[in-house]
Amino acid sequence: MTPILKSDILKNGRAVTEQLERILSRYKGERGDLIPLLQEVQTRFGYLPEEAMQGVAKFLRLSESIVYGVSTFYAQFKFTPTGKHTIKVCRGTACHVRGVTRILEEVEKQLGIKPGGTTPDLEYSLESIACFGSCALSPVMVVDETVYGRMTHEKVREILKR
Amino acid sequence: MTFEEIRSRAVAEWKALEHSDKPRILIGAATCGRAAGAGVVIEAIEAELAQRNIEAVIIQVGCIGLCYAEPVVDIIKPGRPRTCYGNVTPEIAVELINDYLLKDNPRPDLALGTVGEGSIDGIPRLFDHPMLKPQVRIVLRNCGSIDPENINHYIANGGYSGLIKALSMKPGDVIEEVKKSGLRGRGGAGFPTGRKWEFCRNAPGKERYLICNADEGDPGAFMNRSLLEGDPHAVLEGMLIGAYAMGATQGYIYCRAEYPLALKRLNLALKQMEEYGLLGDNIMGSDFSFRIKIQEGAGAFVCGEETAMMASIEGRRGMPRSRPPFPAQSGLWGQPTNINNVETWGQVSAILQRGVEWFAGYGTQGSKGTKTFALAGKVNRTGLIEVPMGITLREIVYDVGGGIPGDKRFKAIQTGGPSGGVLPASLLDLPVDYESLTQAGAIMGSGGMIVTDEDTCIVDIARYFLSFTQAESCGKCVPCRLGTKQMLDILEDICNGRGKMEALDLLGGLAEDVRAGSLCALGGTAPNPVLTSLRYFRDEYEAHIKERRCPALVCQPLVSYYILPEKCEGCGICLRACPPEAIKGGKRMVHVIDQSKCIKCNVCLEVCPTRFSAVVKVSGVEIPVPEEPIPVIAESRGRD
Ligand SMILES: Cc1cc2nc3c(=O)[nH]c(=O)nc-3n(C[C@H](O)[C@H](O)[C@H](O)COP(=O)(O)O)c2cc1C
Ligand code: FES
Repeated sequence: MTPILKSDILKNGRAVTEQLERILSRYKGERGDLIPLLQEVQTRFGYLPEEAMQGVAKFLRLSESIVYGVSTFYAQFKFTPTGKHTIKVCRGTACHVRGVTRILEEVEKQLGIKPGGTTPDLEYSLESIACFGSCALSPVMVVDETVYGRMTHEKVREILKR
Repeated sequence: MTFEEIRSRAVAEWKALEHSDKPRILIGAATCGRAAGAGVVIEAIEAELAQRNIEAVIIQVGCIGLCYAEPVVDIIKPGRPRTCYGNVTPEIAVELINDYLLKDNPRPDLALGTVGEGSIDGIPRLFDHPMLKPQVRIVLRNCGSIDPENINHYIANGGYSGLIKALSMKPGDVIEEVKKSGLRGRGGAGFPTGRKWEFCRNAPGKERYLICNADEGDPGAFMNRSLLEGDPHAVLEGMLIGAYAMGATQGYIYCRAEYPLALKRLNLALKQMEEYGLLGDNIMGSDFSFRIKIQEGAGAFVCGEETAMMASIEGRRGMPRSRPPFPAQSGLWGQPTNINNVETWGQVSAILQRGVEWFAGYGTQGSKGTKTFALAGKVNRTGLIEVPMGITLREIVYDVGGGIPGDKRFKAIQTGGPSGGVLPASLLDLPVDYESLTQAGAIMGSGGMIVTDEDTCIVDIARYFLSFTQAESCGKCVPCRLGTKQMLDILEDICNGRGKMEALDLLGGLAEDVRAGSLCALGGTAPNPVLTSLRYFRDEYEAHIKERRCPALVCQPLVSYYILPEKCEGCGICLRACPPEAIKGGKRMVHVIDQSKCIKCNVCLEVCPTRFSAVVKVSGVEIPVPEEPIPVIAESRGRD
């Protein structure tokens, strides 16, 4: 599923509600559905659009503040559009010991953004993540779904060129 | 279908595969294998097989644990034992196909070892490999040998026979078996599993729930991921056995979203179980019914804590609450709930399959069986290991792990992640069991084991872990929320060369308070890295404070770079590479670093040609160098 871009949503104000209806129709509307629902919304849109969060609140008969409170608690949820590609750099222990800090610096330098940031052209988002569970191959970097192990400076430059 | 029918079909499929006249190629394609490049190796193998017109069966298996040698490929030629090759590149894969499959040269030079009956001249047995010899495979019994996406492979290797045995027993007797096995929780705290089950079974409630904790939040740990990717049914069978024993009707697997492959394989496994009648109503014709739902984590470390996890499953903010009531009395939606770690469930299925005596034959008096560890950091053979409890840290680091790379000195081993401790060389002979590790100030934890060498700064490690726990503190209780922040501030000061000796006592005192006063074990254990490092490495803290010196040359504000005048030949490479343009020099002039401009990026040290090695990195000392460039003193060593 490719996330929809903010510009598409703005062009068509109904896009969010329509997409949301389709997602909601698969849920029973129980309280326990809240997080899986938000996760699905985020997969679809790349972030949690305000309208979608309001829709989820109504569907689950929860106040908007509760939905907002839950979604802001979890690091996974984003409230602004993210880039087409997400680059995640591991800040786990194994990677730390093997010098991931310098790898992260290199990525920051190449993209001109810090973790949590997105390039202005909405191409790349950068995140730092606790651990990918590939510690034996540290330092580790993930571009979209592809895991790159035993990272070096040169490999960062090579990978980002593509 | 009865289980006997299912089993004989599975065995027939497995036998047909084993006695197939086609060669079989097993490729370790778990997340770690893929990260090491298993994907391109698979492509290369497929292309070469097609080109040479060779028919072969390719099976993507889980991880055998030799992560340092990834990608790992096993080749089984009909009538020959399974031969395992490490560090396989696409080029090597092509060579293996041509030399071994076409010409019958098994390439002993590339082989790690053989598995199973028979032998090949010049190739040792894989399980005699120094990394594998000390290991015992109970929970990882199938990882790397079977196709994790094929339930028949699991069943043919004894899978679900433990469930069938349990179903023939009274639920209370199943709990007795687990109690007798001496199994303790593998998620960190080590609570006796059978006793926990008994509490849950005996608690009054309308319904009972069961949770598999697959949140694996410790940075530096990947045991649960490997097991779920390599043998998901081993965990699921354990859950079914537990559900039957406790009378639970609904199970949850709370798995972190960072593990997409594990999630995919779990979903697939659940579907296969349903098809076989191993999940749903009246499992295998009994009156036992059970369902399992997968819940993805949303990126909060604290949700690994049981009460926080339950809040998260209920759709709330994942904040822990005080216990009692314990989950066994009042858990999910107020009903009795039992929560166990992935590995604990994986051990349960093995215990029911192979028997209590067999399991309890491994380990020590108080810690039975085996434990998996994710061995990583500064060690030659990184990987996923499973060792009998009671093995010493030294055996893990030097026998299994093959020691420290580059002949560096071992400094410390960190167990238990942010909740654990750093243990020094003097404790290398400590046996790995729950009590010994706790006594030393660390914990068994879920199995992260990070080896550090002389180039690792212990204060930096303590700061690193504390920055993790501080950021992950949910903020509900004051000692954890504010205490970890204060501790972190002190550690930051020390690493930045602003530390004071008085603050060291304050740090120790705060650590004790946070430990005693926190609501949940996140805060309760967060001080462990600080307390153990203060206990075993106080001299490193003092060097940072009294001498403004970082012995491992890690803490940036405390290190400086110099160009040695007697070695520099004025080649200009560092001058051109220096990002902040902090280097002055000229043709055949000794270069000089302007310390006020230096950002300590290490670039000059990296680019200085090794034949000069003129750049040095030091801490706590000043090296006398000229202030301005002077003509080169060294005799020319030319170009290479
Ligand atoms: C902050 C925190 C994080 C935890 N993370 C995990 C985890 O990732 N996996 C896990 O199995 N247990 C974790 N635990 C321990 C669980 O609370 C619980 O003790 C465990 O799942 C019980 O299973 P066991 O008896 O099989 O070990 C964590 C505890 C705390 C306080
Ligand atoms: S520490 Fe980086 S993958 Fe685990």
